[in-house]
Amino acid sequence: MPGFEVARVENGDIAVLRLKGYLDAHTAPDLESALQKLIDDKRVKIVVNFKDLTYISSAGLGVFMGFIEEVRGGGGDIKLTDMNQKIYRVFDLLGFPTLFEISNEENLAVNNFSKSKSR
Amino acid sequence: MMIKEGGDGLPQAKRKYQLRIPSQTDNLEIIREFVSRVARKVGFKDDDVGKIELAVDEACANVIEHAYQKDDKQPIDIVLQIDYQKFTVIITDRGHGFDPKRIKTPDMKEYLAQMRVGGLGIYLMRTLMDEIDFDVKPGNRNQVKMSKYFLDKKNHPDAKAVR
Repeated sequence: MPGFEVARVENGDIAVLRLKGYLDAHTAPDLESALQKLIDDKRVKIVVNFKDLTYISSAGLGVFMGFIEEVRGGGGDIKLTDMNQKIYRVFDLLGFPTLFEISNEENLAVNNFSKSKSR
Repeated sequence: MMIKEGGDGLPQAKRKYQLRIPSQTDNLEIIREFVSRVARKVGFKDDDVGKIELAVDEACANVIEHAYQKDDKQPIDIVLQIDYQKFTVIITDRGHGFDPKRIKTPDMKEYLAQMRVGGLGIYLMRTLMDEIDFDVKPGNRNQVKMSKYFLDKKNHPDAKAVR
């Protein structure tokens, strides 16, 4: 059984990545390829759903840091949703909530993209 | 989980658990399982188990990437020592040492501004654990020792014995 899976779902011009399993130094490269593929496809409005993610280490968080500048530079954003408390705490410890939009539901994140045309 | 107590009501002796495992990122999952199981067994609740698990993952990921520079056949030794006051994790490698003094705790503001990645693991280890100590002997062995105290006496496996 793979420890980590990413499912890509298209929602109009917004791409949703649904994460499942654990994100550590071993599986972070899989997320990196998934995000790189989106950028190669010129999809920069990205929502990442953490609902089925059970664990994250700094290697996983680093992936988002690695892409956010490029994505925002291209007029998009990476919005994060549905984190459980354990995962949110790691984001919080590293100061991510000031850097990323984190919402409780995937729909909210998707709607926020429609609201602000610039992002 | 039920923890066995000594029938005489006296605290149990020190406990020690160890794991030697090859330096592969694929093994981080097993390392986390091992450490969490023991932390939970000795009485830590989910919140602290999660902190210990993450701190150990970060330390071992650093060993794999930096000390052994991704040579995946080297041993990582993980020893867990439990005494009356605290839970201690000792992680030892025989790879390239590094000077922990050179690894600054990143200034979060500066880090966020520059969106740099690096030193995050050590920052997390310091934040998540109560004590951390590096003993680096390049070419011989490098060791990181981290502890979490059973501050809440109810956490301690022998707490029920001293009613």
